[in-house]
Amino acid sequence: MTDATIDVEASERLEIKADADVVKVRQATRNLATKAALSLVEQTKVVTAASELARNTLVHGGGGTARIDLVRSNQRGGVRATFTDHGPGIPDVNLALTEGYTTGTGLGLGLSGSRRLVDEFDLRTEVGGGTEVTILKWGR
Amino acid sequence: MADDEVGRARKVLATHQEQLLPVWIDMAASRLRGRMTRQELEAELRTLYTALASDATGPDANTLDEVRSIVGELSRSRARQGFSPRETAAAITSLRDSAVPLVRQGTVSVDDLMCVSKFVDDLALLTFETYVTARERVIADQSEQLLELSTPVVKLWEGVVAVPLVGTLDSARTQVVMENLLQTLVDTGSEHAIIDITGVAAVDTQVAQHLLKTVVAARLMGAQCIVSGIRPQIAQTIVALGIEFGDIITKATLADALILCLRNSGFEVTRRLPRAN
Amino acid sequence: MVDRVPILRIGDALLVSIQLDLQDQIAVQLQEDLAQKIVDTGARGVVIDISALEIVDSFIGRMLSSIAGIAKILDAETVVVGMRPAVAITLVELGLYLNDVRTVLTVERAFAVIAERSEGAALLSKLDDQGHDEVGPDDVST
Repeated sequence: MTDATIDVEASERLEIKADADVVKVRQATRNLATKAALSLVEQTKVVTAASELARNTLVHGGGGTARIDLVRSNQRGGVRATFTDHGPGIPDVNLALTEGYTTGTGLGLGLSGSRRLVDEFDLRTEVGGGTEVTILKWGR
Repeated sequence: MADDEVGRARKVLATHQEQLLPVWIDMAASRLRGRMTRQELEAELRTLYTALASDATGPDANTLDEVRSIVGELSRSRARQGFSPRETAAAITSLRDSAVPLVRQGTVSVDDLMCVSKFVDDLALLTFETYVTARERVIADQSEQLLELSTPVVKLWEGVVAVPLVGTLDSARTQVVMENLLQTLVDTGSEHAIIDITGVAAVDTQVAQHLLKTVVAARLMGAQCIVSGIRPQIAQTIVALGIEFGDIITKATLADALILCLRNSGFEVTRRLPRAN
Repeated sequence: MVDRVPILRIGDALLVSIQLDLQDQIAVQLQEDLAQKIVDTGARGVVIDISALEIVDSFIGRMLSSIAGIAKILDAETVVVGMRPAVAITLVELGLYLNDVRTVLTVERAFAVIAERSEGAALLSKLDDQGHDEVGPDDVST
C-alpha cells in the first residue's frame, strides 16, 4: 500500500460465514463506493473484485471477515476492502496469481482477476496460517 | 529557513516600517498597468506588511501560517485579475529592493538584509506554488468539459452507430469514448458499432488496448464493433508494439465498415440510377 | 425455503429474468430448475435476461456457461440478453469472455435467434422424414 496519508472516513465490518454474506459484502462495497464518488464503471469493478474475494474467503478460507473502508487521500475518495480468513493459506502464490490459473473451483480467476480490477492489491498468506487480501480502488 | 532568521527579518520590517512600506508600494504600483487601482494596492500591501512585521512573540502576532495564507490569497486574487505569476512574485520581492537604500545609508546591516531577502524569496515562491495549483484546477475542470463535448456517437443507419475519433487519444479520453459508445448501443438497440480513427494521429499501447477492450466488451454485449480508418503508420505501430488484434474486424475506411454493417444487418446497397457520364 | 428465480414459458422458449442480487445457492437452484423445465416442456431455447444485474462475477459467469452447456445437451440454445456496459467492461478486465455463451443486445434478437433455430430443426426433421430430394423451397417458411 502507498504511504501517502490515507484517512478512513467510514468503515464496515462483516462476517463471512454463508452465501448471503457475500451479497452483503457486495452491497456494503457498493454503498461506500458511491459515497467515495467512484464512477459507475469503477464501482462495478471494485464491487466485482470484492465479490470474488469474499467468495474466496468463504469457499477456500473456511469463512472469515471483511472490512470495507471509505478512504480519502489528497482530495481523492476511494474504497478499500480487506478480507481475512484463518484457512489453509495459499501454498503457491505466484501460481495462484497467474492469469487464468484455476484449481477447478475458480480461485485463480478470483485473485488475478480482482487484481486487474483495482488500483492497489496486497496479499498476505501463510500455509496453515490463513490469508489476508486488501484491495483499493480510487475514484478519478 | 531558521526561526531566528525569520524572527530577525520580521523585526527589521517592523522597525523600519515607515521607510519601507511607502517605497514598496511605489515599486509595486509601477507595474500595475491598470489592473488594480493604487488604493487597492495600498490596502493589499499594507495588510500584508502588517502581518509580516508583527512581532513574532507578541499576543497579537500573526503566525507564519497566517502570513502564508495571506500571501496565498493575494496570489490567487492577482491570478484572477490577470497578473502573470512573475508579476505577482515581483510584487513580493520588491519588498527586498525597498530595503536596499537603507543598507546603503547604514541603517540596516547587510546581515539583516540577507534575512529579509531569504524571507521575501520564500514568500515569492509561495505565490508561484499557489498560482500553479489554481491553474491546474482550472485545466482539470476544462479538460473534463472538453472530454464530454468532443466524443459524440453518431447514428449512421438503423442499428449502426459510429464514433469518429479526432485528435490525440489519451487513456482517459478513450475510456470515456468506450463507455459512451457501449451505453449508446444499449440505449438505441444498435447491434453494430464503428470506431473510426482516421483523424487520430498516433496510437500508443494503452490506447490500442482500450480500443481492443471496447470491441470485446461490445461483443460480450451482443454487438459487433469494427475499427476503421487505420492509417498505414498506425498499422505499423500496432504491429511493432506487438499488439494482437486477433479476430477484431478492421477496415481501411468508414465507408467499407458501413457497407459491412449494412450487409450484416441484411441490407444490400444497389445503384438505382445509371452512373452519369 | 430458498427464493427461486421464476421461469416463464414463451412459445418454444423459456425466459428467465434475473432481478435480484443472486446468492450463490439461488444460482445453483436456478440451474437445476431450468434443466428440469427444459425437459418438461421440450423447450428449444432459453433466454436469460441479465439487464438488472449490476455485477457479473466469475460465479455468475460460470453459472451462465453451465446453463448453456446443460441446455445444449438437452437440445436447447441459450441466449443471454441485456448485459450492462459497466458489466461488459469489467468482464473484459477480469478476463472472463463467456465464449461458450451466446449474447445478444435485445430481447427481440434473442427470440429471433431461437426461432431460426426452431425452423432449422423443423426443416431437418422434414429432411429426415421425406428424404432430401423431396424438400422444395416451399418448405422453408419466411
